[in-house]
Amino acid sequence: MSPRGGMDRRQFLKIGAAAGGGLLITSYLGFSFGNRDVEAMPPKLDLDAFIHIAPDGTVTIVAQNPEVGQGIKTTLPMLIADELDVAWNDVRVQQGDLDTEHYYRQIAGGSTATPTQWLPMRRVGAAGRALMKAAAAATWGVPVTELETEAGLVHHRASGRTLSYGTLAAKAATLPAPDPESVPLKKRSEFRIIGTPVRGVDDEAIVTGKPLFGIDQVRPGMLYAVFQKCPVYGGKVKTANLDAVKKEPGVRHAFVVQGDGDVDTLSAGVAVVADTWWLAHSARNKLEVKWDEGPTAAQSSRGFAARAAELYGKPPVNVLRSDGDVDAALDSAAHRVEAEYSYPFLSHVPLEPQNCTAHYHDGKLELWAPTQTPERGRSLAARTLGMKEEDITLHLTRIGGGFGRRLSNDYLVEASWIAREIGVPVKLLWSREDDMHHDFYRPAGFHRLEGGVDAEGKLVAWRNHFVSFGEGRRFAPSAGVASDEFPAGYVRDFTLGTTLLPLGVPTGAMRAPGSNALAFVYQSFIDELAHAAGRDPLHFRLDLLAARSGETRLDADRMTGVLRAVAARSDWGRGSLPSGTGKGIACHFSHRGYFAEVVQARVSKAGKVAVEKVWMVGDIGRQIVNPLNAENNAQGGAIDGISQALGLEITIVDGHALQSNFDAYPLLRHRDRPEVDVHFLVTDNPPTGLGEPTLPPVIPALCNAIFAVTGKRVRSLPISKLDLSWS
Amino acid sequence: MSFTLNVNGKSVTADVPADMPLLWVLRDILNLKGTKFGCGIAMCGACTVHLDGRATRSCVTPVSAVGSREITTIEGLSADGSHPLQQVWLELDVPQCGYCQAGQLMTASALLARNPHPTDQEIDAAMSGNLCRCATYLRIHEGVRAAASRMAAASTGGGPGEPDGLAGARAEEER
Repeated sequence: MSPRGGMDRRQFLKIGAAAGGGLLITSYLGFSFGNRDVEAMPPKLDLDAFIHIAPDGTVTIVAQNPEVGQGIKTTLPMLIADELDVAWNDVRVQQGDLDTEHYYRQIAGGSTATPTQWLPMRRVGAAGRALMKAAAAATWGVPVTELETEAGLVHHRASGRTLSYGTLAAKAATLPAPDPESVPLKKRSEFRIIGTPVRGVDDEAIVTGKPLFGIDQVRPGMLYAVFQKCPVYGGKVKTANLDAVKKEPGVRHAFVVQGDGDVDTLSAGVAVVADTWWLAHSARNKLEVKWDEGPTAAQSSRGFAARAAELYGKPPVNVLRSDGDVDAALDSAAHRVEAEYSYPFLSHVPLEPQNCTAHYHDGKLELWAPTQTPERGRSLAARTLGMKEEDITLHLTRIGGGFGRRLSNDYLVEASWIAREIGVPVKLLWSREDDMHHDFYRPAGFHRLEGGVDAEGKLVAWRNHFVSFGEGRRFAPSAGVASDEFPAGYVRDFTLGTTLLPLGVPTGAMRAPGSNALAFVYQSFIDELAHAAGRDPLHFRLDLLAARSGETRLDADRMTGVLRAVAARSDWGRGSLPSGTGKGIACHFSHRGYFAEVVQARVSKAGKVAVEKVWMVGDIGRQIVNPLNAENNAQGGAIDGISQALGLEITIVDGHALQSNFDAYPLLRHRDRPEVDVHFLVTDNPPTGLGEPTLPPVIPALCNAIFAVTGKRVRSLPISKLDLSWS
Repeated sequence: MSFTLNVNGKSVTADVPADMPLLWVLRDILNLKGTKFGCGIAMCGACTVHLDGRATRSCVTPVSAVGSREITTIEGLSADGSHPLQQVWLELDVPQCGYCQAGQLMTASALLARNPHPTDQEIDAAMSGNLCRCATYLRIHEGVRAAASRMAAASTGGGPGEPDGLAGARAEEER
């Protein structure tokens, strides 16, 4: 799906002479969206100040979105630069600050940047190019229709004249703005930058160790803070030995923050502020706090699992979808399969621990924050501190990994509060233990499934009781399921019901939220049904996709396309593998992207799993903006999925997370990386995002490969906890 | 306490507690931000620096334990980003978020200094202490291999030879 691209009549370009004699192109573009995948947004948003052209021809382009490693700081400027028609070598990229007046959707999340910015960014560039042509036409006294542009130059072929954008910038600043609605966009065949391999604009700074990230920010006179929260979510401070802590070396402040009782904004805790982070961190070791842990202390992973097992014996409380007559279909099915699936809480663990640098002075707050949602962060800080949003300035930094963790802004609000208390610049930095103990976790979940296959080997019945978290019908964050999640709409007799358990543990979106768990369950169970019917898992899925029976978002043609392509690339069903090696296949639609993946895995007789290779085919529309970055991102998505499936789990015990660092949270390491073959099917659909949809299919594909070797079905994660020995 | 350290070829003084890890001396006292904090328990490798050419986790190395050893950080790996690993990292576009890459480069450069022709298994062994949360391992591995062959070609083909500093580091690496 894509924006309609319907620009309204209010859009216009505003031109102003920039400092240094250059040209500043400011454009205000309004867009309306008819896409239900994109969360509600105001119908009109403004874009501003994207392009600066210096007299020497250097083009500075502002990258407006937070860069978490997805490559958007490179790809959005590529869109502008191509339509502006400048040479990429002449482009310098500058990170934009939060500016809701001039930028639009400054969010890193939901794989939304490409689908929502594909047209707006190109129109900004195209308006700039039109202006350059207008300036040349005015200079030479020739019709603009006789002019062409190429790599930062305007040519008049008839007279053999050429002027550079740099030379034209001053003239352009005096001209009326082109109407973005009428400026022509390039045809695909005219792209010179879009679709070419472009390295990340920060790569040189990264490999030479330049300060880029939130954690690297320094302000004059800055102090360093740590913030100790109750290990149990939502706990409050009863007493703390602040006087003792204040006597520790280098400590300038130690104080209790009561918070607002909302883990999304400001939890209760104790702030320790010192001359260096190490001194603050060391002083915390002397901190003794008596906590009022609150009701969440009674919650545990084990308790949730036991409760789910009890609830499986009862009908679901909520029915999200009921098509046909599942009871009858199951009764008459030739093969019937029942299974219980579960998956654990997970932590995001971006490698850069949570941090934020803040300076409160004269009633104003200035923030340097590695956040995926800066607008929301500023809003939460304003609300919590009782400030006006316009009194808060937020600078975006490069972000050392997001994965959804930094959609939340708790660290930002904490830093803001501490900064106001002390009145000098301060950097709040969490330890890894803080991060793993105070995440917004990928929620655990429990599914009881029943499926039926008819005598022809077709899936005819599906019942799912999903025990998840929330209240009543309202899911806890990221703990939900859509009523049209595949195979809904492709099975005639189908029911989906839920029962929600109350949860005090904070949860939130993690890369491919919902899908990272649901694909495991549904694509594994579909595999079970294929095997029960004696069918090849690929052909079973293709037949299923050909049998649409009800409402669904999933486009069967696109999914069929990626399935067939990945089967061909992986030699699915052909050749033979050595004993102990097997392949599994899975597909999943999420975040507008269609992905099918095959995993080849080796399982030793003792049950040790090694993933050898992943074949991935994706359909994200007609254009891969930056293929060099896309391959990297997609390979990372596959390995990320394998990593969490193989070994990762957060265990909740007495209302807190048991694991606290990488020794107990074994991310996949260099020696265990599989080969990942990435291929994109180009289809005539709008370009969509890549960060998330690559991940979900790899987990069930791996589990299905393990079944192919061992005959053992992976019905709970992580895989490392299962006995997969075979003979 | 006052410590005199040899950092990237320069002698510097830091007045810090003896138990302060080298990581925090580098980052917050000497303002060398390239070395990163990831875990604090030597499990992720983001903080990797060279001590006399050996890859060392600075987050668990007290400043008092450094002594007169030569400290090399990512800022000192080369004067101008010209180390073959840095160049290959650009050509392959290795980074995603980039946060771990300084540590990856420091571990890889220590490996190549002591073993110019590592096998895939030797690269695996050396690099598996460095986490990449974005999982750029495929490009990291390819990058180490490419830099090794480029350095070998330079040293045997009468080319520019090893960048300054590596020869000394290698001598210190011999055990």
